[in-house]
Amino acid sequence: MDIPYTVMPRRDTGLYNAKLGIWLFLASEVMLFGALFSSYILLRVGSYPGVWPHGLLNVPVGTVNTLVLICSSVTVVLGWAALKANQFAKYRKIQAITLACAGMFCCIKSYEYYDKFTHYEVILKDGRVIDGHLVEKVGGGQLVDGRRQPPEAIVIHGVEFPADAKAAGMAKVPLIHNLEKASGHHLEHKEFRIPWSDTKKVQNYGPWHNTYLAIYFTMTGLHALHVIGGALVIGWIWGPGAAMWKSDPERYTNRVEVSGLFWHFVDLVWIFLFPILYLL
Amino acid sequence: MSLKSFHVFFIVSAFLLSVFLGGWSLNEYVTGSKRLGDLILGLISLVGALGLLVYGRYFLKKLKNIDYF
Repeated sequence: MDIPYTVMPRRDTGLYNAKLGIWLFLASEVMLFGALFSSYILLRVGSYPGVWPHGLLNVPVGTVNTLVLICSSVTVVLGWAALKANQFAKYRKIQAITLACAGMFCCIKSYEYYDKFTHYEVILKDGRVIDGHLVEKVGGGQLVDGRRQPPEAIVIHGVEFPADAKAAGMAKVPLIHNLEKASGHHLEHKEFRIPWSDTKKVQNYGPWHNTYLAIYFTMTGLHALHVIGGALVIGWIWGPGAAMWKSDPERYTNRVEVSGLFWHFVDLVWIFLFPILYLL
Repeated sequence: MSLKSFHVFFIVSAFLLSVFLGGWSLNEYVTGSKRLGDLILGLISLVGALGLLVYGRYFLKKLKNIDYF
């Protein structure tokens, strides 16, 4: 039995099945991301003035990732156009670039996450705050009674804030980038070897660090999952699923269009995520 | 809405983002940071916005035979 409207559009909707399906799915995705964007806005406008963190993310790296996604959108649509012009070989080449862009985006995002997970804020018992990247943990780590022992010392490459800095909100809020901007010169970074017994709190810049990072990891993590999902679908259509091109080329072209619509949605979400998380 | 229409919408959004990023970076440079990186990023973004406009025209011309729906 043939399933109707897999190629030709229905007269009443003007769409073939898969296109109607993807738009319904994208409508639900708009609600999902819309809820997260709304949460972000409410959290941000609800915070005390001057407390929302700035300068935590690397803008040039985020810009490169944005460029990578824009390029992937261009290649996905040009691949579809190649199929429309009956140029299958050209489609395969162009769509390979889309997949490479997806891989590159994930690599860059992983680098950004790694940077955050190795970035530490260390509050010492005397009130000083040391903010920087973890160089190494010295000693410790052995299991005693099922509990992992803390290191004897940690080595951080970063900057030191005076004892009253935290009370003034310096270390917690504006951070290095803003202090550098305000002072007009580069703050001196050096290596600190801190005995564990001197520390009061040691925490990296993971989602548990503050509200901003919690919503940053939630939104970008969910977006990255969409990128991976989209790349898997595009990759399947490009690879094993390409056999359909010989048996039913029009339906195959429609599949490429539908995967391209999803990919554009994912890229569009990033177009909104980038300015609100990195710039504003 | 076809992929063609969605792509046009996407390119317009990317163009607006490029202009915004260019303005933001140049503002950072002018109002305090004075870092060469901000100036370069701002200029590249504005050139990128121009590139997106050119690409948009090329795209519309290339796909003029494909429906918007």
